[in-house]
Amino acid sequence: MAWFKKARKPIATPEKSSRVPEGLWVKCPECDTIIYTKDLVKNLHVCGKCAHHFRLSATERLKTLFDGERWEELAPNLTSNDPLKFTDTKPYKSRLANTQKATGQKDAVIVGVGRINGVEAVVASMEYSFIGGSMGVVVGEKIVRGIELALARRAPVVIVSCSGGARMMEGALSLMQMAKISAALARLDRAKLPYISLLTDPTTGGVTASFAMLGDLNIAEPKALIGFAGPRVIEQTIRQKLPDGFQRSEFLLERGMLDLVVDRRELKAILEKTIRFMSSSPVTQPEG
Amino acid sequence: MPDLLEFEEPIAVLLKEIEALSTLAISDDRDREIARLEKRVDAIRGELYRNLTPWQRVQVARHPGRPTTLDYVERLCTDFVELHGDRRFADDHAIVTGTAFYKGQPVLVVGHQKGSDTKQKIYRNFGYARPDGYRKALRTMEMAQKFGRPIICFVDTPAAYPGIESEERGVAEAIALNLREMAMLEVPVIVVVHGEGGSGGALGIAVGDRILMHEFAIYSVIPPEGCAAILWRDSAKKVEAAEALKITAPDLLALEIIDEIVIEPVGGAHTNPAQAAALLDVALQRAMNEVAALGVQERLDQRYAKFRKMGSVGIVEA
Ligand SMILES: [Zn+2]
Repeated sequence: MAWFKKARKPIATPEKSSRVPEGLWVKCPECDTIIYTKDLVKNLHVCGKCAHHFRLSATERLKTLFDGERWEELAPNLTSNDPLKFTDTKPYKSRLANTQKATGQKDAVIVGVGRINGVEAVVASMEYSFIGGSMGVVVGEKIVRGIELALARRAPVVIVSCSGGARMMEGALSLMQMAKISAALARLDRAKLPYISLLTDPTTGGVTASFAMLGDLNIAEPKALIGFAGPRVIEQTIRQKLPDGFQRSEFLLERGMLDLVVDRRELKAILEKTIRFMSSSPVTQPEG
Repeated sequence: MPDLLEFEEPIAVLLKEIEALSTLAISDDRDREIARLEKRVDAIRGELYRNLTPWQRVQVARHPGRPTTLDYVERLCTDFVELHGDRRFADDHAIVTGTAFYKGQPVLVVGHQKGSDTKQKIYRNFGYARPDGYRKALRTMEMAQKFGRPIICFVDTPAAYPGIESEERGVAEAIALNLREMAMLEVPVIVVVHGEGGSGGALGIAVGDRILMHEFAIYSVIPPEGCAAILWRDSAKKVEAAEALKITAPDLLALEIIDEIVIEPVGGAHTNPAQAAALLDVALQRAMNEVAALGVQERLDQRYAKFRKMGSVGIVEA
């Protein structure tokens, strides 16, 4: 029996998962340190030695954000009915059923209502292991319901992106979720309610080109792949290799596309401070 | 004569015959024969275009002779004044914007521009817009809102440009912002998808009160070739992908993504641009009148409701 399972080193392609594998011990793909899995969980799935951020599942993410690891899930039972009757090498319907069984999730996002440092907030958390975290009609509907709930309760919204973009198997209906979610965010914006977008590895395609870039704050985890076109598509277009670090969080920060890059272990404190900045009662003019 | 597509081969043979006949000396027999062949061409073309497969529609939508945004603007509007630049970085040539008059009323025109000859195509980057194009579009749309002028958006792009500078200057952010802000524009916004509706690059100027789509245009989350390469791992499966993705105007009408199909001349818009423009004119004017008759809040509520329900058809709530 192996003492640990080796996690594969993440490379430019987002398909290679850097999720924590099952087992007692795990080897960090960045620095090769062997980490006791329980320690890794305690450290929010960040390597204590080199700060490599392992990918989180949607549920693990919500646990790191909500007080007491507790939340109420919104619309947990929405599922896709395969509106296009889509088939590629196998029917989308069976792909969906298999993924649902493997992940225990109905689709690629969980929307929860809970408290972040005491403040009620709506958090949408994407599940990369569900067809690459792709955005179809269920993801769009759940996120919009979350935003509409936040509008009704005047609560802040946090969306944690972890997605390869729109879901091809739901065709233009997936594409339209970009417009649908953005329209809901427009209402949130005009209602002066906080929206924080957290971009994690990877965030690409139609997710980046809609809600992920529309935060009052756009915050990324370190070294996350973030872009519109995938690196391979760009390399094909320009017929050359992309420079190291292209489309990584630190690159986007330098190009002015992000407000900040935050270590996962600091994230909750940053959320607390910035949400307090955005949602505390307005400062009144000093009298006199 | 416009370039023929591969599936138009049966017509090509007849057209060659007609060409050969027309070099002969004029006679009643010759003219009768030419007329007979021309009738036959029309009949075959009609038959072909009534039964186009999705992949054939992709080819028609990408036809090099298909009318461009500026062709439609020229035929439908007067006093067009092109406006350039995003006042941030550059003037993107793949998206044109400008003031114009439609039926005598001031409107803002925004649209992807592909270019009609090789030189123009390169200048227009084949309709692949960069972030600066989306920012120019939003800048001018906000100017139109300031003066209470309706907006017509013409959509015809393979995709937003997937290059280094696009990513560096935040093409995703540019598109995202347009999606959010177009949802709140107080003036009427009519969208016409007249060629290729290529994914986010199309949607970035396609949020509006009415979405019109040409009969042989396509609108897709990903090009069929790209979808085939990813899901089939074989880009030759583009024909199957085009079918599966449901990218045709009738499909999108059934999915309630578009509001109306704009009929094209038999054989496609490229065979008769004047007639194509006249057919668009009818649909455009009706849509504009309907939307302009609404109050601002009513229009914004309807626009929200329109996009809000997109996708409901695909959801089961257990
Ligand atoms: Zn490490």
